[in-house]
Amino acid sequence: MRFISYLIDGIRLGSVYSIIALGYTMVYGIAKMLNFAHGDVIMVGGFVIFTVMSTWGLSPVLAVILAIIVCTVLGVTIERIAYRPLRKATSLAVLITAIGVSYLLQNLALLIFGANIKSFTSVFSIAPLRLAGGKLSISGETLITIVSCIVIMIGLTLFVNRSKTGRAMIAVSEDKDAAVLMGVNVNKTIAITFAIGSALAAIASVLQFSSIPSISATSGAMPGIKAFIAAVFGGIGSIPGAMIGGILLGVIEILGRRYISMELSDAIVFLILIIVLLVKPTGILGKKYHEKV
Amino acid sequence: MTETWRKFSKSTRINTITVGIIILIYVLCQIMISAGMMSYLMKGLLMQFCYYGILAVSLNLTVGILGELSLGHAGFMCIGAFTSAFFSKYMVDIIKNTFLRFSLAIIIGAVSAAVFGVIIGVVVLRVRGDYLAIVTLAFGEIVKNVINALHIGFDSRGFHIALEAGKLELLEGGRMIIDGSQGIIGTPRDSTFTIGVIFLILTYIIIANLINSRSGRAIMAIRDNRIAAESVGIDITKFKILAFTISATLAGVAGVIYSHNITTLESSKFGYNMSIMILVFVVLGGIGNIRGSMIAAVILTLLPEYLRFLKNYRMLIYAVVLIVMMIFNWSPACINWRKEHSIKGAVCRLTKKISKTKKEA
Amino acid sequence: MRKRLFGLLLVCCMVVLSLAACKKANDEKFYIGGIGPLTEGAAVYGTHVYWGAQIAVDEINEAGGINGALIEFKFEDDVHDPEKAVNAYNSLKDWGMKILMGTVTTKPCIAVAEETKADNMFQLTPSGSSPDCIKYDNAFQVCFTDPNQGSASAKYIGEKGLASKIAVIYNSSDSYSSGIYETFAKEAENQPFEIVAAEAFTDDNKSDFSVQLQKAKEAGAELVFLPIYAQEASLLLTQAEARDYKPIFFGCDGLDGILTIENFDTSLAEGVMLLTPFAADATDEKTQSFVKKFKDAHGEIPNQFAADAYDAIYIIKAAIEKAGVKPDMSISDMCDKLVKVMTEISVDGLTGAGMTWEATGEVNKAPMAVVIKDGTYVSAE
Repeated sequence: MRFISYLIDGIRLGSVYSIIALGYTMVYGIAKMLNFAHGDVIMVGGFVIFTVMSTWGLSPVLAVILAIIVCTVLGVTIERIAYRPLRKATSLAVLITAIGVSYLLQNLALLIFGANIKSFTSVFSIAPLRLAGGKLSISGETLITIVSCIVIMIGLTLFVNRSKTGRAMIAVSEDKDAAVLMGVNVNKTIAITFAIGSALAAIASVLQFSSIPSISATSGAMPGIKAFIAAVFGGIGSIPGAMIGGILLGVIEILGRRYISMELSDAIVFLILIIVLLVKPTGILGKKYHEKV
Repeated sequence: MTETWRKFSKSTRINTITVGIIILIYVLCQIMISAGMMSYLMKGLLMQFCYYGILAVSLNLTVGILGELSLGHAGFMCIGAFTSAFFSKYMVDIIKNTFLRFSLAIIIGAVSAAVFGVIIGVVVLRVRGDYLAIVTLAFGEIVKNVINALHIGFDSRGFHIALEAGKLELLEGGRMIIDGSQGIIGTPRDSTFTIGVIFLILTYIIIANLINSRSGRAIMAIRDNRIAAESVGIDITKFKILAFTISATLAGVAGVIYSHNITTLESSKFGYNMSIMILVFVVLGGIGNIRGSMIAAVILTLLPEYLRFLKNYRMLIYAVVLIVMMIFNWSPACINWRKEHSIKGAVCRLTKKISKTKKEA
Repeated sequence: MRKRLFGLLLVCCMVVLSLAACKKANDEKFYIGGIGPLTEGAAVYGTHVYWGAQIAVDEINEAGGINGALIEFKFEDDVHDPEKAVNAYNSLKDWGMKILMGTVTTKPCIAVAEETKADNMFQLTPSGSSPDCIKYDNAFQVCFTDPNQGSASAKYIGEKGLASKIAVIYNSSDSYSSGIYETFAKEAENQPFEIVAAEAFTDDNKSDFSVQLQKAKEAGAELVFLPIYAQEASLLLTQAEARDYKPIFFGCDGLDGILTIENFDTSLAEGVMLLTPFAADATDEKTQSFVKKFKDAHGEIPNQFAADAYDAIYIIKAAIEKAGVKPDMSISDMCDKLVKVMTEISVDGLTGAGMTWEATGEVNKAPMAVVIKDGTYVSAE
């Protein structure tokens, strides 16, 4: 029973990682860039909710909607100003720019909201679910997180495979030049990808900060890095891969903390990552790429 | 004189000039220090220029020459710093001669970093591109986390290692050397500006010579086209591991100089933020350009110190400067704009125009 | 090629220009410097120290200064990094600093202590709590050392018989927290209780305590000892509530300020006990006036760090007055005189009445056990 409760905790954490990892994976698949600022978009989403709910005292639903709007706009703006001019530059230059954006967002938040960690009011008010005669209690946040992760995953898969925009995304990720020839607007498609990724980041921020529940200027960085690793774990560019990678990472982390060592849990996660990549160099569900001669 | 100078190859000439400039700066600094004209801040920063310069140059070997993205360079530095500080702290009462102790410390730090360089080098062969970036990032974080949990002490019975402070049952008179998150405190302050400059020059010479050697050309061939390089018989395994190991060793040396300059050492300093900072030096200085790396390391170490008057806006401005510099340096639109508006370009166009009109005439 | 050389030369010029030697400091004022983190993760501590000290400096300057000489105060950011702290120290020295009030966090403090030792500059740290911060003669502390707090807590719990099974949750990547834990564990061997679980977390994972709480609960701990800071503790209490786990929570001075965390449901802190020298809602006039000034200026309630810093400035003032130090003395002379009188003075501050110092640099002041009742601190006696 105890093991199950740890497992559920792990799945909860993993679900959040999955949703963030989706943002990484989609952007990587289409723009071929590592968007290191993604984690900080989550932090921005959290602060929007915090301001709307705690400072202005408005309803949680409004807060979530506003967070999604702000994050989406932010994601598209970052892409337009910082990344688009570098579309044809080396990937390293884009990486450093993304890091610059990440510093920028963190320090802006520090200036606006101060250095104090803020206590975050949970967006949900659902009573914990008690099973097995009260031995196993699952908090409302956990339930919502897991359910929304599944819903998002199904919705996104359908969107990418069935809708016209989704197909355009696949086309751009397969071959940018060919996509242009087929009449796909590459800039627009990339902007839409950033919009979706950032909206997902907003949702992730609701789930993440409701279950922690606290927020500070740097609280996006670590989940961001972990989700990035989850994306690589599952095979970067693959949507089901992000889900599998995220959940595995969350479960390993929580079980590692419980049964091996609290302090070494991160080291264990990273070690498993290295081993996975040694066995399957492109991640669990990653496509094998063939080099052209 | 000029004739012998001309006999050297172009690269030798450039390298001699660069080393000469470093020595010139060094002499200038020494004069200013002895004349009491140098600010305290600058005096403290001189050391940092040296080890950040070494780090930037050594990472440039991996990123610029070998063409592999590494996000775990701080991990090698961490290993060099901790092993050498461990040695120095243990030996501080046994070897009294500072020079001997520090020389041994450098060797120990360099060798242990090199060992990990070989290990990571082997991993590098399996994965590629952004996956490699993740493996190196993971490596750096593992090093950081493991050292953060490590407790090593010694007493009359010998060394004791534990992952929890309480489990380390030291006898009376025993001494803690690595104390988990508190790291190593009280490393003897053995490194000096002179030593830093010597190693900076050594690093420069090693890398510059490597680039111009047969091995260096092989490494660059692997970078430019792996399959073509393999088909002409270049041993990819050997050269990749070679490049990675040299890079790691030099980072280890930088770690040694760091740990013997700032006497408190904690592993949390060597996280991915540090690796990224070194990467920023390399990218801003120009990928593959070793002089550029050194210049960028100096400028970016100075910048946050000079922005101190901005108070809380300091890091914000730093971030903005970083983004703007990247776009200005790398965006195709900006590169074109610079070409059009540079003095050199204007002169070129002018001469072209003149020659054209001449022809027409 | 020429361009690159030009670049190198440019750096040369930049470096040389920047060397333009230091301004001569004004000899009529006391130049006191402060160092602490103002940005990134640990910024809250440095910011509060900065603000707290500034209030004391303003008060003293309004009242005519120390022996007629005004105080000039400057605070530099060290991002909670030893290397940057040494840079900040050097930069303050260029500015003309003669006395150092810092540094705020322990690790940078140890690194800077090496520098002040070399320069023989008087150093008073408001909150660097490791014994290593004051291992040299020229350095003194305002806060307790970690070993003191750990053993005092264990003794208090043992004497009062608060519980027989105890769990500890601490931050292993923070020297304050792990320092207290180690001495607590040592002292616990002599006490009539048993540590049934000692769970660590690190700075990278300081927001999710589910595993640690679960383990403490499984081990049947009746009291959880929390040598951690208020921010983390507030999360921990919220998460404990969500898990239906309600032991006694017992903390140290780091826990102070828990009632004032923005948006925190203070009813969760009901019954929490802590050993602390400062409580922001104490009713004495001094504390109230300080808290009011702080709140008016910055809109936040001061934490213990701010109070330590406020006291630190007054301690420096008392030492200067007692030693008869003049602003135009050299750094080293000033230090020698101040060190001499530090063991002789006694200061009534926000964090304790009649504080005195040992030659080792440690402070003597009484820790106060308080318990949170109806949203305020009440003496536990």
